[in-house]
Amino acid sequence: MKTLTTTALALIAALGAAGPGLAEIRLGASLSATGPASFLGDPEAKTLEMMVEALNAAGGIDGEPVELVLYDDGGDPNKALTFATRLVEDDEVVAIIGGSTTGTTMSILSVAEDNEIPFVSLAGAVSIVDPVRPFVFKTPHTDRMACEKIFTDMAARGIEKIGMISGTDGFGASMQAQCKDVVGQFGIEIVADETYGPKDADVTPQLTKIRGTGGVQAVLNPGFGQGPAIVTRNYHQLGIDLPFYQSHGVASDAFIELAGADAAEGLRLPGTALLIAGQLAEDDPQRAVVQAYKAEFEAAYGMDVSTFGGYAHDAFALLVDAISRAGGDDPVAIRDALEATSGLVGTTGTYSFSADDHLGLDLSAFRLLEIRDGGWVPVD
Amino acid sequence: MDALMQFVFSGVTVGAVYALVALGFTIIYNASDVVNFAQGEFVMLGGMITVFAHLAGLPLPLAALGAILATAALGVALNRLAIEPARGAPVVSVIIITIGASILIRGAAQLIFDKQLHGLPAFSGDDPIRVMGATILPQSLWVIGGALAVFVGLWAFFTRTLTGKAVLATSNNRTAAQLVGINTGWVMTLAFGLSAAIGALAGVLVTPITLVSYDVGVGLALKGFAAAMLGGMGNPKGALAGGILLGLFEALTAGYVSSHYKEAVAFIVILGVLFAMPQGLFGRAGTERV
Repeated sequence: MKTLTTTALALIAALGAAGPGLAEIRLGASLSATGPASFLGDPEAKTLEMMVEALNAAGGIDGEPVELVLYDDGGDPNKALTFATRLVEDDEVVAIIGGSTTGTTMSILSVAEDNEIPFVSLAGAVSIVDPVRPFVFKTPHTDRMACEKIFTDMAARGIEKIGMISGTDGFGASMQAQCKDVVGQFGIEIVADETYGPKDADVTPQLTKIRGTGGVQAVLNPGFGQGPAIVTRNYHQLGIDLPFYQSHGVASDAFIELAGADAAEGLRLPGTALLIAGQLAEDDPQRAVVQAYKAEFEAAYGMDVSTFGGYAHDAFALLVDAISRAGGDDPVAIRDALEATSGLVGTTGTYSFSADDHLGLDLSAFRLLEIRDGGWVPVD
Repeated sequence: MDALMQFVFSGVTVGAVYALVALGFTIIYNASDVVNFAQGEFVMLGGMITVFAHLAGLPLPLAALGAILATAALGVALNRLAIEPARGAPVVSVIIITIGASILIRGAAQLIFDKQLHGLPAFSGDDPIRVMGATILPQSLWVIGGALAVFVGLWAFFTRTLTGKAVLATSNNRTAAQLVGINTGWVMTLAFGLSAAIGALAGVLVTPITLVSYDVGVGLALKGFAAAMLGGMGNPKGALAGGILLGLFEALTAGYVSSHYKEAVAFIVILGVLFAMPQGLFGRAGTERV
């Protein structure tokens, strides 16, 4: 018992000594590392931990070490709200990264705005940065941009009438709405609009119905998780030979494996440079950043790098850059520096923020990819 | 006509998945009147363990057998560690214990395995079979065959074997069953082991179609439960018919009405049936002695 007490006391003393005293710059994060959105939050949390360690090993930001305060909100907006408040009030962080999902982002957003702490979200919805809020930024593309990228390619192929089959999960429903909103600008008409539940085992009735609709020239499937893999397999099973498009929600090697290389052959989707890291041209501006992140992440964790981890990579790089330029840890100065970011190359794209653009990416950040022989080939 | 055939194939495929899950509910319910909400987790474990054993280099049949045995052992452990200590508690309390067990198993699976989606290769290839202008995957036939085999096995077990009748007697009146010499503790162990094994078998068969991740159990259990309620809880015939009917409702609604309403229509039909026949299509009429 006595040794135990001594050990415990020594441990507390050691923790106390290694605590806040050393770290000068405190960054906060609330991510969904577990729970239903863990496929987003898990690689994001791993990426942040890896990057903080690497940064501190290299001397931190201008010689000052960075301490990361990371909470796992499990995808629950209420927990995200609690953690955001704790980050601001107890941990006194200078900036917050997080909100793996749009729901948790919305919780953190209000806390960040009220307390004037810069906040970089990792979630997709366009409503996070539209209207622009002074302290809120985000790194992923919006689903609206994914729709625009896909429709641009369809229009180039002379496609005028399409069928859509969307997941009823948050991602699928949101993208379905955005696509329907912008489709008119491309001279394309949605003549069949079907949905499926995120856990459905078979969608051949919906696909049969789309195939039977007159004039359909291509099919688009917004969704993520297992749905798109099952849609792709059923598409192949029915032998439909129309051009087939998936969303950026399934832009990963795991998707090809789940759907089967045969079934996925020839389908197109908008993805990021991370997917084709090995194929990027020598003069591609993203080549160095993307290849370095992929190599480091895969060496550190022994698992494939994902687009979602890339969002966290970019958020961290943006903040480090802004803090360095702000020359201190004043949140308002960091925000101003963040908004002045210009031409910062990330894994998702090249960011240039302005007073009326807190996303800072354009359509060129998306690469239109086609699956050929079980691998990704850029088509534009 | 081609379209109708395709809808029917889809409905039967999905329905067989529901039926396999629904059949798993049957034994525990028959032994103890308890609806085991961890049944979906047994299905998930069957899929997950097979996937990981297969990745580790075991041939598929061996991996599947290992998964079924491991899950059955877990079912027995669940009974020993969580259900038996609560003997004498009302049925509702035991049901809540099974909900807790499902959350625990899900959390443990997330830690022991991972949070990614996984698939298994189809047992007899991916080339669709063409019948009258519609297509069905060979794996669907495996699922349908599996559901039929489990159904026949359970039906024979409950009507043709003394052990099966002992299970029913235990459910009917545990004290009376003990008085006539039935080892009710053993019956419960058997019920949990068998239910878990059937769940795991379902997981092995459906994973090539539905894919598997640590959290698929809840969705499967919900649909399986709905199918079992529609057919009549505790009756293998009901589980099979309920599952297939539920799958057909969904597929036909998606095909002829709108995919937006397919779940709504399926559940309205279930509500309608339960309103007219509260015991489900094949359920035994409940008589309670007061």
